[in-house]
Amino acid sequence: MRYLRSFLAFWWNFIVGDDWRVAVGLAVALGLTALLAHHGVNAWWLLPAAVAVLLWDAIRREARSVD
Amino acid sequence: MRSDLLLFATTFLASAVEAVEALTIVLAVGVVRGWRSTLVGVGAATLVLAGIVAVLGPALRLIPIGTLRFVVGALLLAFGLQWLRKAILRSSGYKPLHDEASAFQREREQAGAAARGSARMDWYSFTVAFKGVLLEGLEVVFIVVTCGATQGRIGLAAAAAAAAVVVVAVGVFVRGPLERVPENTIKYAVGLLLTSFGIFWSGEGAGVVWPGSDLAILGIVAFLGLVSFVLTRRLRRQRLAVRPLGAEA
Repeated sequence: MRYLRSFLAFWWNFIVGDDWRVAVGLAVALGLTALLAHHGVNAWWLLPAAVAVLLWDAIRREARSVD
Repeated sequence: MRSDLLLFATTFLASAVEAVEALTIVLAVGVVRGWRSTLVGVGAATLVLAGIVAVLGPALRLIPIGTLRFVVGALLLAFGLQWLRKAILRSSGYKPLHDEASAFQREREQAGAAARGSARMDWYSFTVAFKGVLLEGLEVVFIVVTCGATQGRIGLAAAAAAAAVVVVAVGVFVRGPLERVPENTIKYAVGLLLTSFGIFWSGEGAGVVWPGSDLAILGIVAFLGLVSFVLTRRLRRQRLAVRPLGAEA
């Protein structure tokens, strides 16, 4: 049980890290990109834009908590 | 060819960072408690890591390339964005820089304080070296296996990782302490490259057709580089406005 917990904790830390909002934002952006592609819209710009916004938001929140 | 170069650079730099962190642990334990058991621990961890690459690499080839690119891209994106975010926060003074010298000192003190058995094998040295190399190495294995499998170049990715470990190890023994390695700059570059590969592959897996095909990776790297540069500068200015230089003293 202890090993399973450390295994899951390792992967959680590896993928989600200390800001789950970024991981959720990425999942939404990926889902939306796939949905648009499925309907014939080539939304290549969506992921880079979403990453830029998520990065800015995560950094702004962390900086605010430190200041 | 260009994406091969980027793949090599990403794997090489990421492995260099992890090698520095693993070497800090190994050196601290080896210097204080002796090298025999420490090196056996390093060897055992290296064998386990090689086994994981040997099993996972071919297994990933069985997954359809579209699905593989989507899943691997999403994982790299989440993972790379963490590196990039932390590197920006460190560069702008919002997070302390990783201090390899104090990490080395901490490990030395712990190694010195731990009890010594009478057996020929020092299990403390073995376990600490094994865990250090295995845990830092798992991140490298993840990058080697995923990047390599997605581009069908596991051999190239593994060679880049091995080269990085050798370069860091030789560099440390020949030139001096680990704190001279510009760790944050390398982490910045790795975060940028992993995030860019993540965007490219997950997008392709989701059904996106990138303008310019493979060349789009360079465009994504340039775009993210610009975004993170602007963010770092803004944050630095903000940090100085809130806490001017010398205010902490």
